Amino acid sequence: MDAAVIVFPGSNCDRDVAVSVEAALGRAPHMVWHRADELPKVDLIVLPGGFSYGDYLRSGAIAANSPIMAQVKAAAAKGTRVLAICNGFQIAIEAGLLPGALMTNAGLKFVCRDVLLKVERNDTPFTAGYEQGAVVRFPVAHHQGNYFADDETLARIEGEGLVAFRYVDAGGNPTGAANPNGSARNIAGVYNEARNVMGLMPHPERLADPALGGTDGAQMFRSLLGGLS
Amino acid sequence: MKARVHVTLKPGVLDPQGKAIANALHGLGYAEAGEVRLGKYIELDVDAADAATARSRVAEMCERLLANTVVENYAIEIAD
Repeated sequence: MDAAVIVFPGSNCDRDVAVSVEAALGRAPHMVWHRADELPKVDLIVLPGGFSYGDYLRSGAIAANSPIMAQVKAAAAKGTRVLAICNGFQIAIEAGLLPGALMTNAGLKFVCRDVLLKVERNDTPFTAGYEQGAVVRFPVAHHQGNYFADDETLARIEGEGLVAFRYVDAGGNPTGAANPNGSARNIAGVYNEARNVMGLMPHPERLADPALGGTDGAQMFRSLLGGLS
Repeated sequence: MKARVHVTLKPGVLDPQGKAIANALHGLGYAEAGEVRLGKYIELDVDAADAATARSRVAEMCERLLANTVVENYAIEIAD
C-alpha cells in the first residue's frame, strides 16, 4: 500500500490529509506537485481541499487541466483509488472523473460547520469501515458545494448506487434543514461507475484525530489503506 | 482578432446570485425586473487567419475550459 497527495497552487488541506493518511498507513504519502508529469506507483491518490488557482473561472476548472491530472485520470482508469475532498471534488468533477457539477451554495454563504452524513453503502473501499446506513459527523467548509446534475443523470446515479454520502438529520433523514448548500437530493458525495473514485464536499481529514474532537473521518482512511482487520 | 465569450447558466439551473440581484432590484423599487441571470464575460485576443478559424478555436476553448457545459451555455462573438 502506498499513497500520493496531489498538491495544487492554493491547496491548503494537503498536509492535513497527509497526516490522516500517515496515521492509517504507518508512513507518509508522496506529496506530488501538480506540474509533475509522472506519478509514483500508488494504491491511493488524494486530491485535497483548498482553493486551487484561487478558484478563478470556476472552482477546480484550471486545476483539472494541470499536467498531473492526465496521470491521475490514467491511473483512475486502471482502477487506482482516488479520494477527492472539497476542492479536490470540484477538480475531479471538472476533470470528468465524476458526474455532475458543483454550484454556488443556494444560500450564497460560505458554510463552515459540522454536518451529519449518511453512509449510503459500506461495500466500497472508501466506506468498508462504517456500518451500513451509519450517520457520521464531518466538517464542511465551502462556498461552492451545491451538487447539481440533470434529472437523467440523477436518476442514473441513484439507480446505479453511485451516491456515497447524503446530508441528513440525526435520525438519518435527508431533510432540507440538514442540507447546508442546496445540493440535489442532499447529495454530499458520489462515486464513479467503477466505484474506485469518490468525491465529497465534507472533510474527513478534519475529524480524524481525537485531538480534533472526533474520529469519524479516520475510518475512511483506515478503510482505504487497509488498517481495518 | 478579438473574441468575446458570454458564459451563462443553462435555463432551469438555479442561479442564487441572480435571485439575490433580482431581490435587490425589487428593493430599489424596480418591480418590473423579472428573472435575473448572472453570467460571465470573457474577452480574449486570438491570433487566427480568419474569423471562422478563430471561432472554431474559441469554441474548443469553451468546451475544454471556459464553460462547464454540464451547467453552462456559451456564445461567441468574433470582431476584427
